[in-house]
Amino acid sequence: MPAELMIEVHGLRKRFGATVALDGIDLGVPAGTILGVLGPNGAGKTTAVRILTTLSLPDGGSARVAGYDVVNEAAEVQRQIGVAAQDATLDEILTGRENLLMLGRLGGLRRAQARVRAVELLEQFDLADAADRIVSGYSGGMRRRLDLAASLLTRPRVLFLDEPTTGLDPVSRVRMWDVIRGLVADGVTLLLTTQYLDEADELADRIVVIDHGRVIASGTAAALKAQVGGARLELTLSEADPSAATAIAELVAGPVQVSHDGRRMRAPARSLAGLASIVVRTLDDAGIEVDDVQVHQPSLDDVFFTLTGHSTGEDGNARATEHEEVGSR
Amino acid sequence: MSSAEGSAPAPAAARTLSAGSRPLRRKLGDVAVLTWRNLLHIRREPLQLSDVTVQPVLFTLLFVYVFGSGVALPGGGSYKDFAIAGLLAMNLTTSSMGTAVGLSTDLGSGVIDRLRTLAMWPAAVLVGRSLADLLTAAICAGFVAATGLVIGWRPEASAPSVIAGFAIFLLFSYALSWGCACLGMLSKGPESAQGIGLVILFPLAIVSNALVPTEHMPLVLRTVADWNPVSAVTAASRQLLGNPNPSASIHAWPMQHPVVAALLWSVALIAIFAPTATALYRRRTTD
Repeated sequence: MPAELMIEVHGLRKRFGATVALDGIDLGVPAGTILGVLGPNGAGKTTAVRILTTLSLPDGGSARVAGYDVVNEAAEVQRQIGVAAQDATLDEILTGRENLLMLGRLGGLRRAQARVRAVELLEQFDLADAADRIVSGYSGGMRRRLDLAASLLTRPRVLFLDEPTTGLDPVSRVRMWDVIRGLVADGVTLLLTTQYLDEADELADRIVVIDHGRVIASGTAAALKAQVGGARLELTLSEADPSAATAIAELVAGPVQVSHDGRRMRAPARSLAGLASIVVRTLDDAGIEVDDVQVHQPSLDDVFFTLTGHSTGEDGNARATEHEEVGSR
Repeated sequence: MSSAEGSAPAPAAARTLSAGSRPLRRKLGDVAVLTWRNLLHIRREPLQLSDVTVQPVLFTLLFVYVFGSGVALPGGGSYKDFAIAGLLAMNLTTSSMGTAVGLSTDLGSGVIDRLRTLAMWPAAVLVGRSLADLLTAAICAGFVAATGLVIGWRPEASAPSVIAGFAIFLLFSYALSWGCACLGMLSKGPESAQGIGLVILFPLAIVSNALVPTEHMPLVLRTVADWNPVSAVTAASRQLLGNPNPSASIHAWPMQHPVVAALLWSVALIAIFAPTATALYRRRTTD
């Protein structure tokens, strides 16, 4: 018997004027698991979260959270969920503690309960020292932690985190990941949106890839990587040399992409033992000097590239246009 | 494409009903929490705070000593005694703009979104705002009265009547803040709310009997002033405070029955603007 679905979405649609934000999305998140919703800016992630958290009304389809319909049973849904939105939704002029007291009370806790819970969460999220400082003086990482703490006040069964680490420095990001892992250990069901492939890979049990308001792929991180096929070879030459692509053509499993400056190349790798050594030796024999050789296991970035033909973020776009296909075997 | 197999989304009205089923005690709790939150804001925002502390003192001193030196009251009496109710009118009318600015600021931040994901009473956002602004209006009135007492203003009526003289202003200020709530939701942001608010509220306060008697105004202005709700409330307050009230000799109905007129105006404004504000809030927060 399949596990109970805490989030169940069928054919969800939403448009804003002429823009189709969601074009029929289906999702299912079993209790106690993390679903990573992955996609570039504007893919529809935030729209989906807004509908699931009762902030926005769908134009079509249906969505249930913790068994309740998000449109007709919005108040019941609201009692089951915690939300940490993409833009911190804290009151800048209140202190961290006051924010938690206010949101706890409005979420249905009694005054004494709210006070105790606020102290617990401030401790848990390492904000105890800053508890009585006004939020406008908080760092980005502190705000995100407070935002997350606020979403946990009423001990929700389902948690929505919309890009919880966007804009954080690497250290704060890793720290946030630890916090998120801890939540699921407590049995919470979590839907997490992200633009970061490594984040989805790191945290999610299952991943759904969204682009232009549609689900274009879903599965575990491993299954998605398998779709892309094997490893990828990346190398950097000391100097541009057009003959290099031909020289390694026998060693790769697909077209070789070459960067504009002609020094960097990448291609799907063939599964050969000692591939890196063989590549270096081959190029050496051809009189081509190599600065760097790497054999990458596929990342989710590659998954995205394979699925959509374009990459995820701005770096990705730059790379997609930077490489032009020069030839295949 | 798998299209809507489940129930079609219900109209927004259905959602409002389900969220509105919160018991009254919880609704009042929500209002109390948001009122507390808004009061903290006012305490911590120097500009908002000065609107209800420094400004009333400054206005009172300026008007009494600058205007007071040049205005002769028909029927006699000191300008100082005449002016305090007018300064209450002036200060409370313009400070009700705080409602528009505050709501507009909230709508522009993510805070309202977070509140909307909670199973709270949605209208508590508006009621909490209006109550916090009522309390600040009371503070503002307190500063005007204290300044007045220091410079020699004295009410000449029984204590209950004096209390009523202030209460009628606070009721009117509460009614105006619902109008300003509508403005806050229609405006693009706090700056435009403030700009438009000033354009509406400043003339409303000035074209009245608040600071000068209306009888020497040009006919059109005088007619507007005599029927201006601010004039009715000011005349009512002067009457209740036992201060000089030259408008009593004017034949316009509100000037003859200022207390009734002031109450009617206030109730009418609330009856119009409270439901309008609620509807606008729902519209602003539905997408």
